[in-house]
Amino acid sequence: MSTAPTLPASAGLGLKPEHYGEILSSMPAIGFFEVHAENYMGDGGPPHRYLSAIAEHYPLSLHGVGLSIGGSGPISRDHLARLRRLVERYRPASLSEHLAWSTHESAYFNDLLPLPYTPGTLDCVCAHVAEVQDALGIRMLLENPSTYLLFEDSTIDEIDYLAAISDRTGCGLLLDVNNVMVSAINHRLDPHDYIRRFPVGKVGEIHLAGYDETHDEAGERLAIDAHASAVRPDVFDLYQFTIARTGPVATLVEWDNDVPDFATLKAEADRVEAALAHLRPGQRRVA
Amino acid sequence: MDAQAVENRFAEALADPARPVPAGLTSARGEADRLRFAVYRNNVHVSLVEALAKTFPVTRRVVGEGFFRAMARAYVADHKPDSPVLSRYGESLADFVAGFPPAAGLAYLPDLTRLEYAWLQAYHAAEAPPLGARDLGNLAPDALLERRLVPHPATRLVESAFAIGSIWSAHQEDNVTRMSIGHPESVLLTRPHAELHATVLPTVDTPFVQRLLDGASIGEAGTHALQCDGAFDLARALTGLLALGAFQRLPAHSEENPT
Repeated sequence: MSTAPTLPASAGLGLKPEHYGEILSSMPAIGFFEVHAENYMGDGGPPHRYLSAIAEHYPLSLHGVGLSIGGSGPISRDHLARLRRLVERYRPASLSEHLAWSTHESAYFNDLLPLPYTPGTLDCVCAHVAEVQDALGIRMLLENPSTYLLFEDSTIDEIDYLAAISDRTGCGLLLDVNNVMVSAINHRLDPHDYIRRFPVGKVGEIHLAGYDETHDEAGERLAIDAHASAVRPDVFDLYQFTIARTGPVATLVEWDNDVPDFATLKAEADRVEAALAHLRPGQRRVA
Repeated sequence: MDAQAVENRFAEALADPARPVPAGLTSARGEADRLRFAVYRNNVHVSLVEALAKTFPVTRRVVGEGFFRAMARAYVADHKPDSPVLSRYGESLADFVAGFPPAAGLAYLPDLTRLEYAWLQAYHAAEAPPLGARDLGNLAPDALLERRLVPHPATRLVESAFAIGSIWSAHQEDNVTRMSIGHPESVLLTRPHAELHATVLPTVDTPFVQRLLDGASIGEAGTHALQCDGAFDLARALTGLLALGAFQRLPAHSEENPT
């Protein structure tokens, strides 16, 4: 495996087609751009033209949503080949995927679905991560999920599960602080405790996003990982708590639905950049 | 329960809203919760309907938002994508629309849907240098007629008994004026460089373009077009196609030795 590429420890944004032109004409001060790999799996055309132009000026993070690494079935050879072509084409500074499944018997559900945390699924996920890293020749980051239900079969704590995957495969972790908050609300957990226990040394990137909220059948709070609004204050506070532990880490603001104008996204990135700048060198790791 | 069985039950319950929350799922209060599972079900359906709405904007505009979403939901229920590359999702929507009873009054709709899918494939197709008139300029007339052209990777031809090109163009504007749609149109999609063009072919040229794209030589295609319509003008048609960038320029050695 080649030397792990890295993203700069600054604020990044999801790259949206509606902002291609503005980014290329104004060249905003953004640490990196991240794209969903599946949106660039066509052979050519405007998406690749724009992404190539933007990748000349900014570090690029490829974020996959379709490998179904948490699935019980085999990783799709076709999809892995598409991802490899993309990695070879752009040489991204980071490649990440989710601890989730999305494909079942060749049907793709376009959602990040949960899995029980058991020794059996752990073996399967580790084999999948190792297969992906071998095929692509790079170290990947695996993201903690947001979930709405729990499995009675789960016997391993989520953090222990992620840490074991990282230990066994050498992969890094993508810590999605919004997912931590969503799952904490949904499962009556303490989000600060989650961050305190998270293996911060493995974190290669942080994600932030906005969540929506509704209620379940019992009238309890049900947070939904919507990516359709600004980062909420509770998530931003948790982020500041997080970076006090991790030190400066590449941090992406995700806003994938009801995408606002670029100035609004940039303001979110600026807020993150200010929080990162606020970390004094001596405070880098208080873990 | 093994992981595959858990996943099977989860997937079955996602597909069918009438099913209860699958066994083995619980919440912090120790009970399964219908509304919690519904978040997953909703994410799957809404995100796939949204993907179709992005791929078929004109179809959506023609039938209206509510109609489109109902039709797309019905399609999504039985047609999940077979890969995570959603730009290739919806190839069979046109056939589905053709058999969707509420859309039966809109006979042109399946072809319009087919055109939109072709448009997206052309948009994402591989880059290649287009063949220009100059590239064929050195050929003697006989050699030109024997020449077979390689379609540019982006080129797509969509034919219809209805005026789908006119409908499509009209719906690129904010205000759509009334138009006659009862005549056949063939739309040629080309993307020689960054920009995609949709061109309604002159009726007299359509048989020529069909044959050329199928691999016939320029002479064979021209003869066929003349048999269809005596008014066919090969030089005009070929010049027009080359100007649109419908064909691909091959590396120099293969230009010199056409097969």
